[in-house]
Parts: sequence; structure tokens; C-alpha cells
Amino acid sequence: MSGQATLKEAGLTALLSMVLALPLIGLETVEEQGGLTLDTRLLWVLLIGAAVFAGRLGLIAWRSRKTVGTSTAAARRASALGETMHGIMPWIAGAAILFAVIMPFLPFANRTVVDLATLVLIYVMLGWGLNIVVGLAGLLDLGYVAFYAIGAYSFAMLAMHADFTFWMALPFAGLFACAFGVILGFPVLRLRGDYLAIVTLGFGEMIRIILLNWYHVTGGPDGISGIPRPGLFGLEFTRNGDPAFHEFFGLEYSSMYRLMFLYYLILILALITNWVTLRLRRLPIGRAWEALREDEIASRALGLNPTAVKLSAFAIGAMFGGFAGAFFATRQGFISPESFTFIESAIILAIVVLGGMGSQVGVVIAAVIMIGLPEWFRELQEYRMLLFGAGMVVIMVLRPRGLLSKRNPTIRLHAKKAGAMR
Amino acid sequence: MEYFAQQLINGLTLGSIYGLIAIGYTMVYGIIGMINFAHGEVFMIGAFVALIAFLAVTATGIAFVPLLLLIMLATSMLFTAAYGWTVERLAYRPLRGSFRLAPLISAIGMSIFLQNYVQLLQGARVKTLQPIISGGVVLMEKDGFTVVLSYMQMLIVGLTLALMVAFWFMIERSSFGRSQRACEQDRKMAGLLGVDVDRTISLTFVTGAGLAAIAGMMFLLYYGVIDFFIGFLAGLKAFTAAVLGGIGSLPGAMLGGLLIGLIEAFWAGYFTTEYKDVAAFSILVLVLIFRPTGLLGRPEVEKV
Repeated sequence: MSGQATLKEAGLTALLSMVLALPLIGLETVEEQGGLTLDTRLLWVLLIGAAVFAGRLGLIAWRSRKTVGTSTAAARRASALGETMHGIMPWIAGAAILFAVIMPFLPFANRTVVDLATLVLIYVMLGWGLNIVVGLAGLLDLGYVAFYAIGAYSFAMLAMHADFTFWMALPFAGLFACAFGVILGFPVLRLRGDYLAIVTLGFGEMIRIILLNWYHVTGGPDGISGIPRPGLFGLEFTRNGDPAFHEFFGLEYSSMYRLMFLYYLILILALITNWVTLRLRRLPIGRAWEALREDEIASRALGLNPTAVKLSAFAIGAMFGGFAGAFFATRQGFISPESFTFIESAIILAIVVLGGMGSQVGVVIAAVIMIGLPEWFRELQEYRMLLFGAGMVVIMVLRPRGLLSKRNPTIRLHAKKAGAMR
Repeated sequence: MEYFAQQLINGLTLGSIYGLIAIGYTMVYGIIGMINFAHGEVFMIGAFVALIAFLAVTATGIAFVPLLLLIMLATSMLFTAAYGWTVERLAYRPLRGSFRLAPLISAIGMSIFLQNYVQLLQGARVKTLQPIISGGVVLMEKDGFTVVLSYMQMLIVGLTLALMVAFWFMIERSSFGRSQRACEQDRKMAGLLGVDVDRTISLTFVTGAGLAAIAGMMFLLYYGVIDFFIGFLAGLKAFTAAVLGGIGSLPGAMLGGLLIGLIEAFWAGYFTTEYKDVAAFSILVLVLIFRPTGLLGRPEVEKV
């Protein structure tokens, strides 16, 4: 691009950005006595214009430099990197699991760290559960949080009304969520991908509205509090438990034990989710999911029943969401519809998408980035959702297949034969 | 009967607003086959720009209501259209030809971004506006119950009708309308025949955003209360309207909008207000199950 054209392009972009900035950034509505008034922040508009001008110039320069260099070589390097990454992936995964197991005993692990790690692991588990639906079966589910909510509420209600312990209620929480997945999924799974997305979103909102308004059962906006904590084979993690964990093992009482117990509990639940997913991928049903994701018409022609295949993915994904929900309820001790908004669904989806759909390790990395980092940098809390949204767009534009985009084909045909056939 | 008539009027007003938003969904779906999830946020930005324009104009001392409304309308449409264009350029155009769900995920990201952008810049609290147009005509009076058609409602329904006629002419008669319809039928072929496909798609987003801006302004004037979150529910319902009418069909979007507005008004009037959103979503699910093509839509043929 010639110098003049570049300047013109950058100027137009800057002008547009200033037009966009003028009403919403340049002017601010403020409440004052006697109604709303306007404040001006026009300097910001100029700054944004200047920043965009410089940024656009830089981008054009960077792009033209890139085209001079061989782009194919860069692509080859990237794919080679992908290959090596792929080769060492099992080692990375093994090391990560080992680290997760010994983490609470490391010197830096205080209460905050273990608590934060527990939170991250909840999202890892949810991400892995949703990955079955989105990553493997290719069904975009925007209402995953509904199953999380059903799991949490079914445990809370079983515990409050029928005196179930966590361990007794856990299978039921999964079962209820799974049943809801089937009931909700059955009528809508015939729909095209993007219709399905909107309908699941609608379901998620419906569940939330029902939880909010069905006051005498769910407690409405007040939620349910006093949900019992889980115990280890009947040992309680309280000071005066009967029998109490610390007395049984002859330890000093510390509330840290409960945090560590919760951490290991979610770690085990998450690893079970991961293990089941990895095994399912090798079963005919897992192959059917991936076949359906790649080409629905072709798999139908080969005799797969799309509704049944999709329904199984939907139900299994929902079940893990239900387990995670029950854990969430027992960890918090208090649940309300506030915790199950659409934004939760979007965060879980963002984790799956960012990690590279279908990649199990990618989900972990994405969960650490999206949940761990913002919790760490509290000052950024305000901008967290803004960056979430922008991140989703940028990832889609730059790397539509996610951070770890290399996907292992579950099945390999004999390469030589395929070549000879052609 | 009087209660029924009143709910009918309220429903039609609400339906007009939904219909205008629904047109943006249906046009974009028709031309590039994606759900523009950020369209609800574009509507919300339209409402905010209208409010800011109102405050700016009243600060200069202009108090003549028609002029005030005209300036609000023009400003809101102009800036919101710029937002619509930019959203398409940044978040959707680079993804053309990517895998099926990529634009939708990008749109969800855009929607979250815009919501938080407005929340950060304009504050999270609701903004209230004193009614600019008040009063109305009493249509019926019986046993102390009056059926009122307010001037505001007249303005909304009248403006929507006028826009519909103008819009219909634009699509049927203008050269943009011809390119738009050509791209809708076959984008590649239209491109080969000299239609500037990228420009047509951009213009589609611009017109959609313009209509959403008008809807946003109407919402602001009618309810007098807006916040950064109004786009989510309104967008979802407008999308339901577009699907109900048959996605891709412009008269369908309007019809669907009116039906959703009526259903919501009657549900709130005769049953419970809390569950009126559940009613709207249930309609969406039922339509998709029993008549996926909607009321006026054409069946979609899948080709290998």
C-alpha cells in the first residue's frame, strides 16, 4: 500500500473510532438532583482517535512486512510446533495432574490458593462436561448453566427435605440433570446448530426464572442456605464433629482440612469427567459424535440416528453439569438463582472455545486464564467481562480453532492405502 | 372487553418495537445465515444514544417537541448505524468461510463486550427519562374503566407503519434492495454478476442497526427507563419473533413481532407477570418443533 493510501486508511479508521466514541465515551449521563445531566469527556475521544490512528498504521506496516517474508515457512513452523506439542501432550497432562495432587502440600499453598484452585477446578469440570456437547458432538449449548443449577438445587432440596448427605445425593443430582437434558433435548435436537443455541439459551433463562419465582419450593431470590457440608466416610470436618476428622487421625483441628478435602473432591470429580470423556471417545458412541459434528448428512446416510446420538451427548454433558452443581452447592453452603445467569453459561462456553473445542488440556489452560487470573488481579475485576467478550471475538478472528487447535483424529486409516486409492 | 381492548393496544405497541428489532435479525440471517447475537446490544446502544442526544439537545435550550424528537431520531440512527457497521467489520467479516459456529461465538463475545462497555462508560444504574409526550385519547369508557390510546402509542405504531412502507419500497425498488435480494439468493453468483457483496452485507447491517436504533428510541420514550441490560431480553424476544414469522422473511418479522407483543401483553394481563418471559420462550420452542420454517418462511433445503 502506498504511503498516501495508508495515511488515508488510518485516518478514516481513526475518524470512525471517534464517531463511535463520541456519544458513549465522550458524553456521560450522570444522575444529579432534579434528573439526569451530561458530563463531557471529550479528551478521551481525541486520545482514542490518536491511538487508533497509530494502531492502524502499525497494523498495516506489520502486515506488509509479513507478506514480504515467506508466510508458508511460518505456517510450516507453526504446524511443526503443533506436532511437537502434540507429542509431549501426555507428559504435560501427567505433570499437570501430579502438580494438582501435591499442590495443597506445597509451601505457597495457603487458604486463598487452595480455595481459588477449587474454583478453577469447578470450571475445569464444567468445561470438560460442556466439551462433550460442544467440542465432541458439535452442538452449541448456550444454556449449560441450567444443568449446573438443577444439580445444585436437587442436592440442596434433597438435603433440606429428605436429609440426604452429599454422597447419597450426588448420583441423584447427576441423574436429575441428565433427565432434564433428555427432556429438554429430545424436542429440540433435530434443529440446526444455531437454532439449537438460541433454544438452549431460552431454556437456561426459563429454568432461572422458574427458580426465581417458585418461591415456596426454591426460596425464590433468597435461595437456599444451610446446605450440609460433605464428610469423608462419615467423618465430619467440624470442630465438634461426631466423629470428627481431626480427632480420628489425631490431628490438631484446622479449617484448612475441609478446604483441602473439597479441593481433592472436585479434583477427583473433574478427573472422572475427563477419564469418562476420553474413554467415550474411543467407543462407537464417541466416534458417532465426532462424525456427526463433521458432517451430519453423511453420517445420516451411513445409518446413524442423529437424534439419538445428539441426545446421548447432551444427556451425558448435562449429567456432569449436575455433578458439578451438587459440588458447588455443598462448597458454598448457599445457592440462589443469582449464581446461574446466562453469563455463567457464556463463561463456560468461552473456556471451551478458548481452549480449542475438543481439547481436554486446552480447557484446563483456558480455565486457569479466565478464572484464575481475574481472581488474582482483583483490580481488573471491573474489566473482566469486557475482556472476556473481546477475547472471544479476538480468538475467533485469529484462531477460530482455539489456543490448542491441533486435534487428534480419534481413528486413523492406513495412510498408504488411502494414498494408493487416490 | 375494555380490558381486552387495552391489552390489545399495549400488545400492538410492544409488538411494533419487537418487530423493528426482528427485521435486523431476519435480514442478516437471510443474507449470511448467522444469528447476529449482538443485535440486541445494538438496540440498547440506540436507546442510550437517543437518551444522550435528548440530554444534549435540552441543554442547548430547544424545547419544541417535534424538533427534539427528530434530532434524537437522526442522532441515534447515525451513531447506532456506525456501531452496526463496525461490529460487522470487526467481528463477522474476517470469519466468512470459517466453520459454522465461529460467527455465532464471535457474536456472543461481541454482545458481552458491548454490554460491559456501556455499563463501564455510562454506569450500571437505570436511567430514567420523564415522559416527553403525555396524554392520549379515551376510546371507551364503561363502569369506571377507560381504554386509553396514548399519543405515544399512536406515534410508535404510526412510525412503525411508515417505516415498514418505506422499507418495503427500499427492498423492492432500490438498487440496494435488488443487490440485497440477489445476495440472499446466491451470494457467489451475485458476486460474479458484479454485485459488491461485502458492501451489500455492510449496508444490511447498517439498515438493521438503523431500525434497531429507532426501536431503542421508542423503548426509551415508551417506558422511560433503560439500563445496559435491556438488549438481552429484547433481543431474545425479537429473535423469537423473527423465527415465529419465518426467518429470512421481512413481513414475517413484523408479523412475528406483533404476535410476540400481543402474547406477552395478554399473558401479563390475564395470567402472571413473572412468567411472561417463559411464555415467550415456550412459543419459540413450540414453533421450532412444530413449524421450523415459521409462519411465512420458506423451507430450507440442505444440499450436500
